[in-house]
Amino acid sequence: MSGTPHIDILRSPLGRARGLGSARAGSHHWWAQRLTAIALVPLTLWFIFSVIHLSGATHQVVIDWLSAPLTLGLMVALIVATFHHLQLGLQVVIEDYVHQEAAKTGAVLLMKAVCVILALVCLVSVLKIGL
Amino acid sequence: MRDVRDALMTARNSEGKLVRRPLSPHIQVYRWPLSMALSILHRVSGVALGVGTLLLTWWLVAAVSSDDVFDRAQWFMGSPIGLLLLFGWSVALIFHFFSGIRHLVWDAGFGFDAPAYNTSGWAVLIATGVCTVLVWVVGLMAW
Repeated sequence: MSGTPHIDILRSPLGRARGLGSARAGSHHWWAQRLTAIALVPLTLWFIFSVIHLSGATHQVVIDWLSAPLTLGLMVALIVATFHHLQLGLQVVIEDYVHQEAAKTGAVLLMKAVCVILALVCLVSVLKIGL
Repeated sequence: MRDVRDALMTARNSEGKLVRRPLSPHIQVYRWPLSMALSILHRVSGVALGVGTLLLTWWLVAAVSSDDVFDRAQWFMGSPIGLLLLFGWSVALIFHFFSGIRHLVWDAGFGFDAPAYNTSGWAVLIATGVCTVLVWVVGLMAW
């Protein structure tokens, strides 16, 4: 982009995009981010109240709390919605700021891997306590 | 130069040399309208909450381990550094929560005109402040 400009070839944006196929997944990404956001409104409220309730709690109190089926179910929903929403959001951030194709793809894949692992660790933890 | 967008950014100067047209100025010369500040803050708080999930993961993993490990995690959360992290996390979460609802209302097609988005912007900030204080007052009382 820098230096003295010179013209080598002129192609319209449509011409460049033709033949590459549509991205297809764009509207699903957008919709999934909204759905998880809506789900997270009540789940986050519940979680904030729970954390306040649990401030300074002993280990046994936390174990008992997680062992209730309703708590466990809501925790699983919270973890799934949170990490899904997180990886969708971080993907947009990376795609906005990293323009080099290989670095972008690598960063997105790495970020998604970390999110999946963290989500699985959280899920295994709550299930191990609650089941 | 490979496409029309590049071509539109190119012109000839009085000597007939090809030059790039100037781009619009960078972010530091803009004044900071509320809408712009909140938009950036929404993204920043989202990324911060992503880092904050490490704290949640650690706490849950500690809860699976022994009483000792869990007590150490609880002790850390109650230490000055832990409380600072939790405070930052709570501000980011509460702000992202209200700002996110504002975004969902926009997605539904409401609140786009100038007085509406300024009012909702201030409402988000005030709600964040009030709720953060409330959460900490009640939380510390329960503790």
